[in-house]
Amino acid sequence: MAILASVALLVTEHRNQQLELLRTTLSVFIDPIKYLVNLPTVMIERTNESISSYTTLKDENKRLREDQLIHQTQLLKLEALEKENIRLRALLENSFKLGEQVLIAELLSVNMAPYEHIVVVNKGTRFGVHPQQPVLDANGVVGQVFRALPFSSEIMLITDLNHAIPVQVNRNGLLTIAVGSGQLNKLNLPFLPGNADIRPGDLLITSGLGGTFPQGYPVAVVDEFTSQPNKPFATITATPKAQLDRNRELMIVWSKSTPVPLITKPATTEPETKTHADK
Amino acid sequence: MLINNSYYGFGRIILTIVLAMGLRIAPLPGIIAAFNPDWVLLILIYWSLALPERVGIFHAWTFGLLTDVLTGRLLGQYALAYSIVIYICLKLHKRLRQFPIFQQGLFIFFCLLLSQLLLFFIKNLQHPAQLHSTFWLPVFTGTLCWPVVYTAMRFIRISRSIK
Repeated sequence: MAILASVALLVTEHRNQQLELLRTTLSVFIDPIKYLVNLPTVMIERTNESISSYTTLKDENKRLREDQLIHQTQLLKLEALEKENIRLRALLENSFKLGEQVLIAELLSVNMAPYEHIVVVNKGTRFGVHPQQPVLDANGVVGQVFRALPFSSEIMLITDLNHAIPVQVNRNGLLTIAVGSGQLNKLNLPFLPGNADIRPGDLLITSGLGGTFPQGYPVAVVDEFTSQPNKPFATITATPKAQLDRNRELMIVWSKSTPVPLITKPATTEPETKTHADK
Repeated sequence: MLINNSYYGFGRIILTIVLAMGLRIAPLPGIIAAFNPDWVLLILIYWSLALPERVGIFHAWTFGLLTDVLTGRLLGQYALAYSIVIYICLKLHKRLRQFPIFQQGLFIFFCLLLSQLLLFFIKNLQHPAQLHSTFWLPVFTGTLCWPVVYTAMRFIRISRSIK
């Protein structure tokens, strides 16, 4: 009977997502274990913080202040650029995407499966997290929310074997897809021909195609480009910009999926043409 | 009084399994993580051999389902693997108790291998993907850990007189 029940469960979940409710309910009982396992790491960090000396803290504070000043001045410039961008887009009669909202989530140090790059963070559906949300850190794209539970959510890193992210080369806008390699410091770009205009050192940014990731975030830097004459595609590898194995704070991003048109189009023309076509 | 005592003992059993679940997702550095054995199954096997009238297929199935949720798998795959392994253990528990620890270890090896094979089979049905050979490492480390688990759990069972 147990076998029948488990096979039934497996089949139903594989076919469709009807069992989310069951998983959510069970996860409420299970998530305390994750937090319990995370506890030693948190305690070590806390003690580290409390025994670090006054001078170290002072130095760090000073450095952070300087960093903040630099970033703020850069932001001033960004605002001006953004306004200019909006004006230019208005001239082109193009729509412009609104900014994104972020939520800072902390990594729980648990290990779900050693051969999969899935990490757990401490923010879940209680904070409005939902599947397929992009996740970033200070340097670049980390991954996407794979499954959101009430008290935690699972995040698939961009280096997971089953993960692919649409990217473009920042230098010339060449579009391609970066596929995870299963190693934390490597992405593959398997779909570019041997004569593609891409060189080592090129920055890859999200292209915004596919709708999951917002456009323009840095993903990786191209490492190596080897074109083999006997194969249709070149072998290209890239190193992720985000520090996938070091960061404990991640940012979960909400992007407004509906672009807001800057110039209101005359709404009457389109339905009319449609009705004409129908007739 | 008797019922109360038995509930008390059952709490202890559940506590050991929850601890095993914690060990299952313990953050081990780098390559060592691949060696982390399936602690939940080891503990379940021990209890099913020691107290077959207390820990049965239903418990194996429930904790398998909880492990599925814990490790974010497709619901039911650990439940299936655990209930089949525990069924075999329950069928053979009288014979297995007489075995010396080495022979028991051999049996445990096949149990863990069966469980891992089932998981591999389900994973393959889900989406055929290439698996690293480290997928099979927990079977070997689990077998090596069995004497330790056996001695520790036996100590707990006797000192706390869980019946």
